[in-house]
Amino acid sequence: MENRTDTVPGSVERPAGRAGARRPTIVLVGHGMVGQRFLEALTDRGLTTSARVVVLCEEPRAAYDRVHLTSYFSEGAAPEDLCLVEDGFMARHGIELRLGDPAVAVDRGARTVTARSGLVVGYDTLVLATGSYPFVPPVPGRDAEGCFVYRTVEDLLAIEAYAAGARTGAVVGGGLLGLEAAGALKGLGLATHVVEFAPRLMPVQVDEGGGRALRRRVETLDVSVHTGVGTQGVVTGPDGRVRGMALSDGSTLAADLVVFSAGVRPRDELARECGLPVGERGGIVVDASCRTADPSVYAIGECALASDGRVYGLVGPGYEMAETAARRIAGEAGAFTGADLSTKLKLLGVDVASFGDAHGAAEGCLDVVYSDPRAGVYRKLVVAEDGTLLGGVLVGDTESYALLRPLTGTVPPVAAEHLVLPAGAGAPVTLGVSALPDDAVVCSCHNVTKGAVRDAVGTHSCTTVPEVKKCTKAGTGCGSCVKVLGRIVSAELAANGIAVDTGMCRCFPQTRTELYEIVRALRITSYRHLLDGYGREAARGGEGCEECKPAVASILASLAPAIGVSGHVLDGEQGALQDTNDRFLANMQKNGSYSIVPRVPGGEITPEKLIVIGEVARDFGLYTKITGGQRIDLFGARVEQLPLIWTRLVDAGFESGHAYGKALRTVKSCVGQSWCRFGVQDSVRMAIDLELRYRGLRSPHKLKSAVSGCARECAEAQSKDFGVIATASGWNLYVGGNGGATPRHADLLAKDLSDAELVRLIDRFLMFYIRTADRLERTSVWLERIPGGLDHVRDVVVHDSLGICAELEALMAEHVAHYRDEWAETVNDPERLSRFVSFVNAPDTPDPTVRFVPERGQIKPEPALLTLSATVTA
Amino acid sequence: MSATVELHGPEGWFAVCPVDVLEPGRGVAVLLPDGGQAALFRDRTGRLYAIGNVDPFTGAGVLSHGLLGSAPGDRPYVASPLLKQRFDLADGRCLDDDEVSVASYPVRVG
Ligand code: SRM
Ligand SMILES: Cc1cc2nc3c(=O)[nH]c(=O)nc-3n(C[C@H](O)[C@H](O)[C@H](O)COP(=O)(O)OP(=O)(O)OC[C@H]3O[C@@H](n4cnc5c(N)ncnc54)[C@H](O)[C@@H]3O)c2cc1C
Ligand code: SF4
Ligand code: FES
Repeated sequence: MENRTDTVPGSVERPAGRAGARRPTIVLVGHGMVGQRFLEALTDRGLTTSARVVVLCEEPRAAYDRVHLTSYFSEGAAPEDLCLVEDGFMARHGIELRLGDPAVAVDRGARTVTARSGLVVGYDTLVLATGSYPFVPPVPGRDAEGCFVYRTVEDLLAIEAYAAGARTGAVVGGGLLGLEAAGALKGLGLATHVVEFAPRLMPVQVDEGGGRALRRRVETLDVSVHTGVGTQGVVTGPDGRVRGMALSDGSTLAADLVVFSAGVRPRDELARECGLPVGERGGIVVDASCRTADPSVYAIGECALASDGRVYGLVGPGYEMAETAARRIAGEAGAFTGADLSTKLKLLGVDVASFGDAHGAAEGCLDVVYSDPRAGVYRKLVVAEDGTLLGGVLVGDTESYALLRPLTGTVPPVAAEHLVLPAGAGAPVTLGVSALPDDAVVCSCHNVTKGAVRDAVGTHSCTTVPEVKKCTKAGTGCGSCVKVLGRIVSAELAANGIAVDTGMCRCFPQTRTELYEIVRALRITSYRHLLDGYGREAARGGEGCEECKPAVASILASLAPAIGVSGHVLDGEQGALQDTNDRFLANMQKNGSYSIVPRVPGGEITPEKLIVIGEVARDFGLYTKITGGQRIDLFGARVEQLPLIWTRLVDAGFESGHAYGKALRTVKSCVGQSWCRFGVQDSVRMAIDLELRYRGLRSPHKLKSAVSGCARECAEAQSKDFGVIATASGWNLYVGGNGGATPRHADLLAKDLSDAELVRLIDRFLMFYIRTADRLERTSVWLERIPGGLDHVRDVVVHDSLGICAELEALMAEHVAHYRDEWAETVNDPERLSRFVSFVNAPDTPDPTVRFVPERGQIKPEPALLTLSATVTA
Repeated sequence: MSATVELHGPEGWFAVCPVDVLEPGRGVAVLLPDGGQAALFRDRTGRLYAIGNVDPFTGAGVLSHGLLGSAPGDRPYVASPLLKQRFDLADGRCLDDDEVSVASYPVRVG
């Protein structure tokens, strides 16, 4: 190889350099999380302009967020959603990224790297960021079909494909990654087992008490936990596929699929082969500048053995190494001498955090422990004799982590005893962000201090969390610090005299929850009164706006019986506040026509009723479609046809389906016990009961529900605001599920409920949500936002911790007692009907802009209208 | 019988409907003598406004079905029920896109 700077097969295109000047070449091997961070650090320092940068990437895709791999299963994130590389990043900085072309050899003498494609690249600086590989213990059968590891998107796709034919999965390893893998298997709907050799889950991060709390939590999620047992071998069937695992206690665990997650090992093979020193247990030896024994070779991230003798398996320390290496290459100062192993994780939906001296290794230290085994909450702080906080373990409720971790090494302003107690249990003071010193690191992923965040607000004029994220990178890693960021930003804005506006809209300085309380406590029955009495000064006496009007209408409707206003949404001033759809009790379509969705409780419908829908649709020439909510939508009605159509539907026993309202939509059901061979309860009856009970209930956003007759979950109850799944002994209630743009699996609120218990809990849950949610906040978002999350909601609605359950139930009882069908009342009232005309001065003339063309034997809006709009705007 | 609202269309003033048919904060659609359409509104102070009814962003005759609002201290507007663009009730100007406006019509109570 004579030509040092590059060459041959498929030679790489080079960005035009400054004529004559030879630009040095930086080669990065491995484009994982740390590799990408390194590239960003290079661009920040202008090194991508002064040097040629070539990246050899083994995986077929550019760097992605490995930490959130499991969100592919739990939140339906597509692999592209995980990508860490901003659009156009490589092109903009002239970085040559070679996907699917790993480095296979390094020649340190010639200073070249050879890639699998045969390409040979000369380097001036080589950076190894090859990460680690999953360790698979050498047990018999480990190569059988059905054995997997869990590290890359490709692993995840392979597991998903195989799981289609599987029912049970087992994970070997109960550490962080093992629980992540268990989360993935759960997400695929497999019955899931975790086998951990140590006596507790996550032995590295949590202590015994924490392990117990964690286990309880994990078990309530229907994951079977086996601790203190080793895996002796994989049992295979005659077809060579996995059938189960032989365990060290002599038992066998049946499983169709096994994921090994028993730790990781640094990928140091390239380094070994070219003679660079590696540690005894692996890892490329580097000094504090992240440089290997060869001054032109660096190693960063999980493949490196840092100068403190550790290999770091977390992304935060890897990022610091990336920054350090980039700094050194740029000729700046910088050192990585070790990092905090603090972690805060959400594994299987369970919050776990540990920080500092979590196991209490320091001499003479004391443990301060709070443990609530029933709720699966455990908190331990390790303090020195003089009160200095040394570390801690938090399981089940990690709310205080972001404040406690930065206080490590200081004497907190509040006694440790008070810091572990739950809010409201005698804790006299809650720790605010003001307790944090400026040099406290609030975002450990990106090593951002509180001072830097304050600076972003003070000097860089950021006023929102998204702006601060952009400016400092804080909060863009694991996301666990975002809440504290928000509090620091608010505190800083307030300190700078900038008011933080949490008001609902331009008209009201209050949040929706505050307005709800005002309306409820003062029994305010009119929007005008509310606006003129409680609105922002400048908005009083004005028209209000299209945001608060429907929100206030909804508050008035949900409290109607309690505050003494008419329950009909079109009555008096209420009618004027309604969104267009609610005002016409139908959904406006793109051409100004409306659609009609009669309620079909539980999706059950008689042939007679089906025939009526068919006849009405035929007689009015409506387009019909089966909806995703187990009912039928009739499209293309002009406003003056709505009363005629509804008169016929009401006569046949139909009522409003509230498809237009922020209200209960459908309660879907599966066919259940009466017909299905697997059904264990009558899911259709329960779905009908629930739909009839909550129909018409106005809420901050729409409400959806479903009832499944057994764990096969054909009704998709876990994607609903409240979902019910039958068990052999009753019903399990799940809450906070969501389909839509940001899907969320619902959380189990309570198990094995009787019919009456189920209804009571749902009553309380819905009324608590209606009372405390923001405008247009689905239950899923609400549950994630409110302090204490699911645990708090469970405390309130199951254990009545606020003592408001009787009131919540009474509100719901009022709603149920006063429910009347909006359409039946409308078609029988000439006054309300008078609004349903196309033209006030020509009630019999149809709107000429509502026009249709045929398609597949039905109608659709005439497309010409939409082209017209394009020409108007142009 | 309450007083009648009159609108000045392309062919001069014509009678539309009794004033008390109009609900404060909402609108109704009016068929113009030339076959076009207007949206007629009444704000909470009782003032009347009329602008074109066809939403220029979608081509649908829907502005009369929108909700009224006003920026603090400012003139009322209507928000289109389809894609939510706002139109000034006094002059038909779109508040969310300088290039777009709808007609506005004089109104009086006769
Ligand atoms: C008709 C229907 C589609 C269909 O043909 O199947 C439909 C149609 C609309 N959906 Fe939907 N959704 C329909 C089922 C769903 C489902 C499936 C389900 O309910 O099982 C979902 C996902 C489940 C969920 O909500 O969690 C769904 C998630 C959405 C969302 C996203 C909500 C979210 O939290 O991200 C919106 C937007 C919104 O509400 O802000 C939406 C909004 C809409 C709107 C209202 C959009 C609009 O403003 O015009 C559509 C109204 C059409 C109309 O005017 O009639 N629709 N929509 C379905 C009516 C079901 C019913 O019988 O009531
Ligand atoms: C499921 C899961 C959950 C996790 N959760 C957390 C968490 O909550 N918090 C946390 O801090 N950390 C977590 N981690 C660990 C975190 O992902 C890693 O610490 C981080 O990805 C390390 O970055 P890296 O760049 O060093 O390695 P990687 O991201 O693994 O990247 C290394 C890349 O180098 C490539 N490569 C290897 N050899 C070559 C070669 N010869 N040529 C070219 N390319 C090569 C590999 O294919 C890989 O793409 C999790 C990991 C997993 C798998
Ligand atoms: S959820 Fe169960 S009962 Fe319902 S249809 Fe599916 S298998 Fe049958
Ligand atoms: S701590 Fe992970 S993003 Fe801030």
